[in-house]
Amino acid sequence: MGEKRRHRAGQVSSGTRREVLQFAGSVALGGVLPSLAVRPAAATPATMQSAIAAVIGDAKLNAGRVKLEIPPLVENGNTVACAVVVESPMSASDYVKAIHVFNEKNPQPNVISVKLGPRAGRAAIATRIRLSDTQTVTAIAEMSDGSFWSHAVDVVITLGACLEDPL
Amino acid sequence: MARALIKVSPNPRRGEVIEIKTLISHEMETGFRHSTTGAAIPRDIITTFVATYNGEEIFSAQLFPAIAANPFITFYTIAKESGTLEFRWTGDNGYAASEQVKIAVE
Amino acid sequence: MKRAALVPSAFAFARATRRLAGPVRRLGAVAAAGTLSSLSLAADIPLNERRSSYEAMSAATKAMQDDDSANPATLWVLDGEALWRASAGAAGRACADCHGEASQSMRGVAARYPAYDAKRQTPVDLEGRINICRVEQQQAAALRLESKELLALTAYLARQSRGLPIESNDNRLAPSIEAGRQLFQRRQGQLNLACAHCHDDHWGEKLAGNAVPQGHPTGYPLYRLEWQGVGSLQRRLRNCMIGMRAESYAFGSPEFIALETYLMWRARGMPMESPAVRP
Repeated sequence: MGEKRRHRAGQVSSGTRREVLQFAGSVALGGVLPSLAVRPAAATPATMQSAIAAVIGDAKLNAGRVKLEIPPLVENGNTVACAVVVESPMSASDYVKAIHVFNEKNPQPNVISVKLGPRAGRAAIATRIRLSDTQTVTAIAEMSDGSFWSHAVDVVITLGACLEDPL
Repeated sequence: MARALIKVSPNPRRGEVIEIKTLISHEMETGFRHSTTGAAIPRDIITTFVATYNGEEIFSAQLFPAIAANPFITFYTIAKESGTLEFRWTGDNGYAASEQVKIAVE
Repeated sequence: MKRAALVPSAFAFARATRRLAGPVRRLGAVAAAGTLSSLSLAADIPLNERRSSYEAMSAATKAMQDDDSANPATLWVLDGEALWRASAGAAGRACADCHGEASQSMRGVAARYPAYDAKRQTPVDLEGRINICRVEQQQAAALRLESKELLALTAYLARQSRGLPIESNDNRLAPSIEAGRQLFQRRQGQLNLACAHCHDDHWGEKLAGNAVPQGHPTGYPLYRLEWQGVGSLQRRLRNCMIGMRAESYAFGSPEFIALETYLMWRARGMPMESPAVRP
């Protein structure tokens, strides 16, 4: 896609005509709307795939060995418990080198990238992440033998009914 | 002001796989929000977290804006020897914080 | 049903309510009826039916509250402990200099606040009491309401009451409790709803995908996932009033103190959870 896009200050970069129209529509609603009336360019399933490709190259992505533990229904997308556990002996010759988590609808596809080694004893991490919308989250483990394994989970985000103005 | 909270078993057995829980105070401003006047709020996040065990790196993480405020990270290590676990967080605008915990391994 | 999320604006709330079925249409009918007396509609929840909103939370959020090393509010508690021990003001005194160890001297205090101040002849809430001490005993400036420092101190103090039952048995608080009850049962805002309509009459039912809580102040100050920070009961009330499209009272106002006093009376006997975690 060799085309260059010129960005004026305040203009959001967006790839498709539909996104440009959505952007224009939300601005037209009026300047009094607080906060997220101006939507930044969002990740898409395609952006997530290219972020994954940046990590795995053209290696094959195997299903299995990785368990992404994330609640299927979430009360607030601001803070979502997210754990990844990978089956591995974590020995000097057979261990998990890295764990990467990706999302498909936040403004950015990367969530966290973690480096491990045999000293970990257990290939497991837990953290709390932000999810902007109902979407699929993908965890990828990179093994010491160069293989990649993944697990994807669909998460539904709900939103509290009563929202406040900024303090 | 307290910035970080670490939870790890202080007296593990040698060779035991121990859980390390870390929690640090930080707003993790994503850089994708706008104020009520429409001005962009610049990104201000922790970008890197590194844990060392007697100076040797045992865990590191690259954090993105999708990590929730007050980052909470749990991971594991083998209790090899007594000594010091050191944790270091670095981020945008020259942010740096560190915390140390001593463990005594039987 | 898949929902778009994280657009905290009036527009989003209006859009969300248009999609709602059942409960809100019924509430709309209640609001429109007008002729129904809001006082007779809102009966107190029977004491043995009172539930903390903790019970309606997901397992992950409950786990966040139950584990001090995972509860982000613990960071505020630790800050509060540091402030408790730090000397302040022209008098160069720390809270600890007069009050000693908070785990002993402050045990049970948050569970019975707001408390009646005989000198001022009015109820004072915990934030107010801390500021009175700062100004009069430490000769320090009062802490701004909702500031990180004041939230840290109230979180630290409230933590000392965790597990203890809320107490409200001071007769001198009766006028304030009644004033708070009137505010709780008063129709207000563009939706013309009273707090009681949701929290006394329709608790447990769903509003925009979330269960309506009974609204007990058992966990304040608390870490709200929506705020990604710790906030006071008054901030949550302000949140509710704006959500109802009503003009919120100011922080520290007599209306908020009366509401706090009423809500603590309404929750009497329920155990304190502070600092809690809520969505």
